[in-house]
Order: sequence, then structure tokens, then C-alpha cells
Amino acid sequence: MAEMQIKPITMNFGPQHPAAHGVLRLVLEMDGEVIERADPHIGLLHRGTEKLIEHKTYLQALPYFDRLDYVSPMNQEHAWALAVEKALGIKVPKRAQYIRVLYCEIGRILNHLLNLTTFAIDVGAMTPLLWGFEEREHLMGFYERACGARLHAAYFRPGGVHQDLPDDLLRDINNWTKTFPAFIQDMETLLSENRIFKQRTVDIGVISEEDALSLGMTGPCLRGSGVAWDLRKNQPYDAYDEMDFDIPIGKTGDCYARYLIRVEEMRQSLRIIEQAIANMPGGPVMAPDHKVTPPQRGEMKQSMEALIHHFKLYTEGFHVPEGESYTAVEAPKGEFGVFLVSDGTNKPYRCKIRAPGFYFMAAVDHLSRGHMLADSVAIIGSLDIVFGEIDR
Amino acid sequence: MNENDLIDEAGSASESPLQIMADHLREIGQGIVLSSGIVHGEIELQVSAGNVPQLLLLVRDDRQAAFTQLIDLTAVDYPERKDRFDVVYQMLSMSNNMRLRIVATVSEGQTVPSVTGVFMAANWAEREVWDMFGIFFSGHPDLRRLLTDYGFEGHPLRKDFPLTGHVEVRYDDTQRRVINEPVHLVQEFRDFDFLSPWEGMHNELGGNAAKADPDKTAK
Repeated sequence: MAEMQIKPITMNFGPQHPAAHGVLRLVLEMDGEVIERADPHIGLLHRGTEKLIEHKTYLQALPYFDRLDYVSPMNQEHAWALAVEKALGIKVPKRAQYIRVLYCEIGRILNHLLNLTTFAIDVGAMTPLLWGFEEREHLMGFYERACGARLHAAYFRPGGVHQDLPDDLLRDINNWTKTFPAFIQDMETLLSENRIFKQRTVDIGVISEEDALSLGMTGPCLRGSGVAWDLRKNQPYDAYDEMDFDIPIGKTGDCYARYLIRVEEMRQSLRIIEQAIANMPGGPVMAPDHKVTPPQRGEMKQSMEALIHHFKLYTEGFHVPEGESYTAVEAPKGEFGVFLVSDGTNKPYRCKIRAPGFYFMAAVDHLSRGHMLADSVAIIGSLDIVFGEIDR
Repeated sequence: MNENDLIDEAGSASESPLQIMADHLREIGQGIVLSSGIVHGEIELQVSAGNVPQLLLLVRDDRQAAFTQLIDLTAVDYPERKDRFDVVYQMLSMSNNMRLRIVATVSEGQTVPSVTGVFMAANWAEREVWDMFGIFFSGHPDLRRLLTDYGFEGHPLRKDFPLTGHVEVRYDDTQRRVINEPVHLVQEFRDFDFLSPWEGMHNELGGNAAKADPDKTAK
């Protein structure tokens, strides 16, 4: 029989595919079951955040950051708050720094819970998702009690956090940290040594250290390839230098390593949360500079000055000195950066958001070549992709 | 930006590791680096667009510098300048724990050599800059639009592109497909000028008040 040349099949994956983690359209060129080329089409969730921010004051720009990676909103706000504080040169009170660290770590657990459990459902395990979302519900309850919103918090502000925590919230978070390790244990029982889970993830989507650096990988995806780099340790911001925690590093760089790192990071986040609660200092939660931060509500009833400050702050906003700066935080997915160009007015001249997921998505082609179709699902799941931040 | 000011900001200039690195970078990039400075704990190098790949290769492969990661690539639009764009490369050196920003000034229509051969991360970043600013990267393997819609026209992050855009999209029931139409705003877009005179009373009035009635402000 004569040899036949089979034309590669082009296949559309998404944008309405449950394993596409949002609105990803992946155009796959397939040779049978094997992927020859993956071409992700992104931008279906593009909202022009950077353009919108150029037309808003510094304070009005903040809520856009909740809507980027909507799985861990406060971590993004943190980057913006730090960027504006850096440009203004203001100091944040200790208590606000601790509250921020506390809520960033809650955000990290929120993110990893969603990622690990949906990753598991992508490769066939249903139960972790159902259990994990129950835990997420507790955490979003803590979000709500601090700021009134479960998702779009707008809680971290330049100069501190918007308001102090209610009385018994810290006690309740502390109680929750006692119950959460049991959940991690249960989830690991279901997944870590599970034969099917390991068959689907071990040695799939391997990223070498060299490639990870060249591809702009950060966060768990970089650490999975054995690079010891975490901004919380290497370039500590806020109160992270006062916390005692470890950074897990992977060896193999495959999907399984990234899974294991996230599980361990949840345990380390718990340690940070416990320390933040135990050592939570007293005092104000906002810098006292009322050109940047609003005055107390009660003060406004008495003082003309406070009333003027309040009015000016929420209409005109504050002016940020001219200059350029790049500020980055270790968001749950990786390095989340804000490149802020200010021109001395009350609005940013340019705000470039460096989303970690953008570079993960760009790497999908490199990672999935030569893999089977089903493996591309595992790769996307393990990279931790959320379209809010990729499309911006 | 004045170089002396920048050095002042970094503290006692000559001794700090940042300053040593900045000097080192200027040395290895001799003839390429136009100027250097330190802002907010980051080194900033000015370079002409044609030399960008060469400089990126130099700072990546130099053992002392080792800026092994291209963290971000973006552009800034200054329409009033003759060379209106700044292309900005954010670099990270993990071994030195330092950040470096490389800025190349580009005029409209000028091409910038692509750095995809140096860092794979540049691939999508350059596509995004092409999409958003219309800066062309020569030697890029696949320079298509990235974030905007199929068939989109214009470059949204340019300062002369309106916030509301030019077209809006809706589903048309009679044609049974999604159609593009010119933007129709029920209410005019309101861009308030909040740059009020309150803070700047001592010199001159800014914002709407001054433009509207210059006589009044003189009184």
C-alpha cells in the first residue's frame, strides 16, 4: 500500500470549553492525537484596563486591580498601593502592613484552592473541587467581614487599608487556621499519590530552568523548575521580612512539581497568617497624611479642614510627583508588576500591568508541542491561568 | 531626567552596589548606552532602538550583570515629542537581586529590531506593543494583533485614540450575527478637569477656570 501523507487537522479548543479556564480559544494543529502547534487566541476578555486607568485618578484606578486576577483580588491591589506609595514616598503604619500581609496570604490560599481543585477536575478528579470551594467560602467570608465585598474588595489603599478589622475577625481567622490543615491533608490523600493523577501530570509539560527564565516564568511555575526566587523573600515588601516561612522548590519542572509546590505554599501561607495574627500590632491602619488618605468620619463632623480634605480627595484625588517606577509583588501566580509613569497630575500618565499569566499563556505553545491533546489540558491547568489578568 | 538628581536620590552614590552595577553596565555597553541613572532603586539605561538586541544580549550574558530575565516589555506614548514613543524593557537579575530598565526612544513609523531571539518572553510582549501602539518590530516571527478583536483598526493605547473607541459591537437580530457600528453615546463622555487652582494659588491658576476667563484670575 502506498504511503499516504495525512494533512494536520486544525482544531478549535474553546472559547467555551470548561477546561480552558475562562475564555481561551486555542487553535491546535494536530497530527492525529499529537499537538504540532498551539496558537492561543486571547483578548476575548480585553477591557482596556490600562487605557481606563489613564483616565481615572489614582484612587479610582484601584478597583480595576480587583478585576484583573479575580481569584486573588487583594494581591493585585497590593501592587498598585505599593506603586503609588513608592511614587509618593509615604510610609504605611505597621498595623496596616500586617493586615495587608494577612490578607495577601488569604488571597494566596484562595487562589491555590481554586487552581489545584480545578486542575484536579481537569484531569478527572471531581471531589477536591467540591471540598475546596467550601473552604474558599470561609475565606471569602473573611474578605467580606473586612471590607464588605466577597470578591471586588477595594480594601488596600495607597497609605494603608481602608478600615480597621472588626473585633472578633482575627479570632475567627485563627480558628479557621486550626481546621484548614485537615483539608490539605484530605486533598493530598485524594491526589498526591493517586495513580491516575500522577499518570496525567508526572513528566508532562516539563520546563527546564533555562527555558523558564527565557519564557518570563515567575512564581510557582519558575520554582517548579528549581529556581529559588520569591519576591516575598528576595525583595521583601511590607511586613514580609518579619515573617518566618519557607519557599518550596521543585526539581522536575513538570505539572506534578507545580502541583506539589502550590500545596506546600498553602501550608506556608497558613504559617504566615498565624504569625500575622499573633503579632498583629495596634495603632492606625492609614497613614496620617490627609492629602493622600481620607480623614476619620467622626473628625469630618467637627473639623472644616477634614471636610475639605475628604471632598478634595474624593473629587480631585492627590497629585503624584513626576517619575517612572516599576513595583512588583509576589502574587499567587507569580510576579505581578506595575510600571507607573506619572506626570505630576492627579491621573497616571501610563500604567502598564505586568500579569504573570500573560507569560504563562505565551508559553503554552512551547510547552504543549509534541504532547497529546489531553495533556494540553493538564498543562493549562498546572500553569494557573486566569483570563482577567491575561487580557486586562 | 537629570543624572545628578538621580544619583542624589540613591544616597551616597559611588559606593552603593547599584551604582557599581550602573557603572559596570555603562562600561560593557560602551558606545551603545546613551545615558544611565538610578531611579527608585532601579537602574535605567537609555539606548537607541537599533542597539536594543545587542545590549540585551550583553547584559544577559555578562557574568557580573546576569540580567537573565526579561520581565516586561512595553511602550509609553508622548505625542508632543518628535520621537513619540518610549519602548521600555524591564529586566531582572536574580543573582544580583537588581532591576534594570532599558528605554529606547522611537519615532512613529520607525521599526525596532525584535528581541525574540534573546528572550522567548518577548514574543507576545512585542505583539502586544504592536497591537496597542503600532510600533513595528522587525524580525519578529509572527507579528499579529494579540488582544484586540479580529479585524480591529487603530492602536488603542496611543494618546490620540479616544477612550470610548471608534466602533461598538452588538448582536443584530435581523442579520443574525455580531456587527460593528460607529460608537453612539447617549450621554457625551464627561472628562472633568480636576486640576483645580486650590493647590497652586501662589503661582497661577490651572485647569478650566484659567482657560475660561483669564481676566477674572488676574483680579
